[in-house]
Amino acid sequence: MTVPDKRMSLDEVVGRLSDGMTLGIGGWATRRKPMELVRAILRSPLKDLTVVSYGGPDVGLLAAAGKLRKLIFAFVSLDHYPLEPHFRAARQGGLPVLELDEGLLHWGLRAAAMRLPFLPTRVGIGTDLIRQDAFRTIVSPFEDREELVAMPALKLDAALLHVHRADARGNVLTLSADPFFDELMARAADRVYVSTERLTSTAELDVARHSRYNLIERTAITGVVETPFGAHPTSAAPDYQLDLGHLKTYVDSASSPEAWTTYRSRFIDVSPESYLAAVGGAEKLAQLPVPVY
Amino acid sequence: MSELYYSLAEIMITAAAETWRDDGEVLATGIGPLPRLAASLAKSTFNPALQLTDGEVWFTTEPVPPGPRTGATIEIEGLANYDRVFATVWGGKRHAMVAPVQIDRCGQTNISVIGSHSRPKTAMLGVRGYPGNSVSHPNSFFFPAHNTRAFVANEVDYVCSAGYNPERYLARRPPARLDLRLIVTDLAVLDFGGPDHAIRVRSLHPGVSFEQVQDNTGFSLLRPEHLPVTPAPTAEQLAIIGRLDPNQVRKTVLKGDPPGDRRGAG
Repeated sequence: MTVPDKRMSLDEVVGRLSDGMTLGIGGWATRRKPMELVRAILRSPLKDLTVVSYGGPDVGLLAAAGKLRKLIFAFVSLDHYPLEPHFRAARQGGLPVLELDEGLLHWGLRAAAMRLPFLPTRVGIGTDLIRQDAFRTIVSPFEDREELVAMPALKLDAALLHVHRADARGNVLTLSADPFFDELMARAADRVYVSTERLTSTAELDVARHSRYNLIERTAITGVVETPFGAHPTSAAPDYQLDLGHLKTYVDSASSPEAWTTYRSRFIDVSPESYLAAVGGAEKLAQLPVPVY
Repeated sequence: MSELYYSLAEIMITAAAETWRDDGEVLATGIGPLPRLAASLAKSTFNPALQLTDGEVWFTTEPVPPGPRTGATIEIEGLANYDRVFATVWGGKRHAMVAPVQIDRCGQTNISVIGSHSRPKTAMLGVRGYPGNSVSHPNSFFFPAHNTRAFVANEVDYVCSAGYNPERYLARRPPARLDLRLIVTDLAVLDFGGPDHAIRVRSLHPGVSFEQVQDNTGFSLLRPEHLPVTPAPTAEQLAIIGRLDPNQVRKTVLKGDPPGDRRGAG
């Protein structure tokens, strides 16, 4: 048995995904989204995806490119532009959805991670959410007899996550203060592909010192691809911040079909190197100011 | 008689701050600049035990001003990552004031869609954390424009947060921790203090009549026998609000930054 080498190219990762899959995408709105992987999916023939996400421009791009069959979400937002324009257009065009509370999404991932069919919760009681077909209610088998919601497991075929550091074996570090629910996405998925700001040696990870940033063990990780600035235009703090200027360009790309075509040819249908140059280069991105939330 | 000038935004902030007065040590969340300033004011005056976040990932010792953060460094007192915020929500040690798009007579609110859910006329944010918030901890609401599009005649288009609607519950009994507190608008302060939690007007902002509030509401409001005027901000409160909002974001929220006292405004 040899030590696994999980290094892959962007195209290799995308090549392992298939039409109709359910994909979980890590991060949260404008933070630590695996955008380089998402752009690679846009360049591929992949289609009919069901996406589970705390949504931001990842969902917007996939919606704009017609890659979605269904969206499982609690919100799609660009934070500083609360309403995601590509998502809105798709939603208003009748994109099928399963709408969830933020905590329910977490709970569905946790059920899948625990290999359970559902987890009970009070969240959703009294709202229209639980009138969606996916839900059932149950009555507590204990003396309280309370009516509860059965949140179905959100099983993922694959999860796409963005991390700060990884080694070739799939040991990972997520250095930002908020890990969001990336760990649960990984545990809910059959396969997990991470893009990383930097591929390093295991020694350089210095896991003993960074133990809190090591969200998950390598047995969960399938593939690792090095993508410097791979979360751009979302942030991967502390390495770099949200690019508000590019976010504006992105929002404007929803103003007309021509605007989208232009955006696509400048920022999607290009290599990662050309993308980096088109958005201003590494030096500029490394100096983006800290945004205010 | 020389009276202190205050804006409508400022009296809405002081009225909204009251919602956290007796909460003790809980996470206070105000969504949007005015509710956030209200939580900041509550913490800076009558309830210093409240815990606030920077809107991103940290608990801070002092309120963080809306807008650009120049000036003094912010002291961080704890980690407020989303996993922990969810845990706090479910544990109940939080009181949020949120700004929905619609509310109905039962206190059910909507931020998801206008029109049908399958093909909305307008897709908005999505339900976010509203469903869980509503059945886990106290909630209050903020409406910068009180009108019949916000205070709807029938049920809201998509029920994102639970309300006092018996039709929606087993044995017609809402969950134990459903606890809707204040509704602060540009016209009045309302609460759920009527029979079966019916919405009643609690105070009218200066120069506003009950009829004006009723005319801008799609359902019947209860009018208590004694209906006071919303207290004007004190000089001390106005000075503190000024310190909490050095970027004057409060002046940009309501169109034209109107005065808070509309008596004699015709």
